[in-house]
Amino acid sequence: MSRAETAEPSAARKSTGGAAAGRSPSPLWTLGLLGNELGTTLRRWRTIALLGVLAAVPVLVGIAVRIETSDGSSAGGGGGEGPAFIAQITNNGLFLVFTALAATLPFFLPMAVGVIAGDAIAGEANAGTLRYLLVAPAGRTRLLITKYATTLAFCVIATLVVATSALIVGALLFPLGELTTISGTRISFGEGLGRALLIALTVAASLIGIAALGLFVSTLTNSGIAAMATTVGLLITVQILDQIPQLHAIQPYIFSHYWLSFADLMRDPVYWDDLIRNLELQALYAAVFGAAAWARFTAKDITA
Amino acid sequence: MAPYGSDDSTTEDEADDRRGGRQKAARYVVPVAVVGVAAATIGLVPAFAGSGDPDLPKVSAQQLIEKIAASDVQQLSGTVKISTDLGLPDLGGLESSLGGAATGGGRGGSGSSADPSSKLMELASGTHTLRVASDGEDKQKLSLLDKAAEYSVIHNGDEVWAYDSASNEAYHVKDAAASSDSAEKGKKGRSEDVPATPKELAEEALKASDDTTSVTVDGTARIAGRDAYKLLIKPKESGSTVGAISVAVDAKTGLPLKFTLTPASGGAAVVDAGFTKVDFSRPAASTFDFTPPKGAKVTEGDESKSDGPAGRGDADRGEKARPGSGSGSGKDGEELGKEFQGLNVIGEGWSSIARFDTGGEGLPSESSGGGDAGRFLDSLGDQVSGKFGSGTVFSTRLVNALITDDGKVYAGAVTKDALVKAANAAK
Repeated sequence: MSRAETAEPSAARKSTGGAAAGRSPSPLWTLGLLGNELGTTLRRWRTIALLGVLAAVPVLVGIAVRIETSDGSSAGGGGGEGPAFIAQITNNGLFLVFTALAATLPFFLPMAVGVIAGDAIAGEANAGTLRYLLVAPAGRTRLLITKYATTLAFCVIATLVVATSALIVGALLFPLGELTTISGTRISFGEGLGRALLIALTVAASLIGIAALGLFVSTLTNSGIAAMATTVGLLITVQILDQIPQLHAIQPYIFSHYWLSFADLMRDPVYWDDLIRNLELQALYAAVFGAAAWARFTAKDITA
Repeated sequence: MAPYGSDDSTTEDEADDRRGGRQKAARYVVPVAVVGVAAATIGLVPAFAGSGDPDLPKVSAQQLIEKIAASDVQQLSGTVKISTDLGLPDLGGLESSLGGAATGGGRGGSGSSADPSSKLMELASGTHTLRVASDGEDKQKLSLLDKAAEYSVIHNGDEVWAYDSASNEAYHVKDAAASSDSAEKGKKGRSEDVPATPKELAEEALKASDDTTSVTVDGTARIAGRDAYKLLIKPKESGSTVGAISVAVDAKTGLPLKFTLTPASGGAAVVDAGFTKVDFSRPAASTFDFTPPKGAKVTEGDESKSDGPAGRGDADRGEKARPGSGSGSGKDGEELGKEFQGLNVIGEGWSSIARFDTGGEGLPSESSGGGDAGRFLDSLGDQVSGKFGSGTVFSTRLVNALITDDGKVYAGAVTKDALVKAANAAK
């Protein structure tokens, strides 16, 4: 599978397109293209490995907390150190979901998304399959949108993998039940699960910006590796910039600035200000870099 | 190859080079336009939102103060944003306690002794978001929003809980008297229990309202989506570091919504506390319900040591939970150091100076043989001397404190010269 993975599905896409749609592809055909693209992406070994690493993070955190607290002490030294929510894990396994997302959101998740997004166009160009893709009647704009949609789907899948793995580990290692919000009020386990899902979706939405950025970078080069490295490099750079106090004037416009605002969903009542700001910022990045990627890709000379 | 060419871009590739080049460049107009629209929105929306002060019937300052006094808001919930810029040296440790004592914020703990409360320091500079909720006399909640954590003080009947979600620790007092003394100290001496920080600040400000002060109504404003009058309070005499205090009062309920203290030296406000959201409907009853979560470390406070809530951490955070009064009372010399021994207040009104005797040797300075520590402290303050001897002046943007070498402390929201004059006069 791995050897033929890039060439074979591309050919499949082409034939599907030719058979089903003719000159004006139907919306259904576009969905077919998306499904095909998604299948190709998810079947790649590197994608599976990335998801495996993401699933392993909650396992590691859960086991570490379990061992550390086996003598009855509280996690994180009781001083509020470590990732958010870590002190509450021992009392309620559901908090492992929040801790795992807080631990993976700054780096693991965006890195995985950066790899997928950076590979989207440049990887095809690198493998020499991009021109075959463009021969199909999809058109460049449609292909770009499909690639972006695939990346976004991966954002959701990756986040849900972390959340699900954390939930399973949390349920196995720690008790479940009613939980206390960070405002001190109590909510039922069912509502807690609802909030966990909402948080997972918020985290996935937080990755929209870097997905668009990665896609734009991917249209700039014909080397998949270069695009991935650039995207991940940009991610690290902005994370550093976000830490420098002298740059506070520009920090609200850095795409990672409001990432941890997902924790505001655990307040009661929910504090929406930063959450909304985060979503607005992600939409802005998607619009700017999506448009830039479109401008670049539709005008690019495809040589590979 | 299938001969499909559905997208114009494929045909365009084969088109005339120059035309294609221009069209290629033209595409980049789209992302640039998106950036432009976003920048315009970010730049212009606040400008539009800020304009258009509401048209309200004219009132006199007297009427407005009465309105505040008559204000009987029992139920509300809202979000308060507090920005403080006291100009303290950002050094933490010992200096933080000096800064804390000097601004009157260090009252909760052991007074003037070193009390390295980084949390207090945190509050003395920067911007913080608080949430308040109140339902009648015996249900209040005050939460300080932190990154992915929250520190809440919940008063429900005769129980007071303080809960820190970051460390999962709770502090409990089960007595109304003790509660008003410790965790609820921020609401000191009040008959109507509205935990609205701006209101406390306004009351503090109005206390000083006598012939030393000019109080005027200064137009209207829109605060947290509500129409408000602006009350401007200014010291008449010179020598105070307080430039002006502006209080925005809700036109309907008389609740102070925003409090701004600008220093006489100009520049940004020293304290700027105001509602960003306010709602006068009854908050959900569950807001005031608190049961410590399983596994949380609960510290029981007893009445005897209500002044120092069990555990340093809790005491420090207790400070944190009532920043409004902590930073606000700094302006008023009388408020300062009520718990210090041998407190005297010199003068009255805005330029009153608190004088107290620490009973000690004063701060080590290089000249008094303090060695390195003395040299370090010297670097933070300015050496002054006069008839009283010599001492060190520690300055912030609002409060100055003179610590003489024989252990006397003069502090107040007055200029350095006024402090020296007071020290000379006291000699």
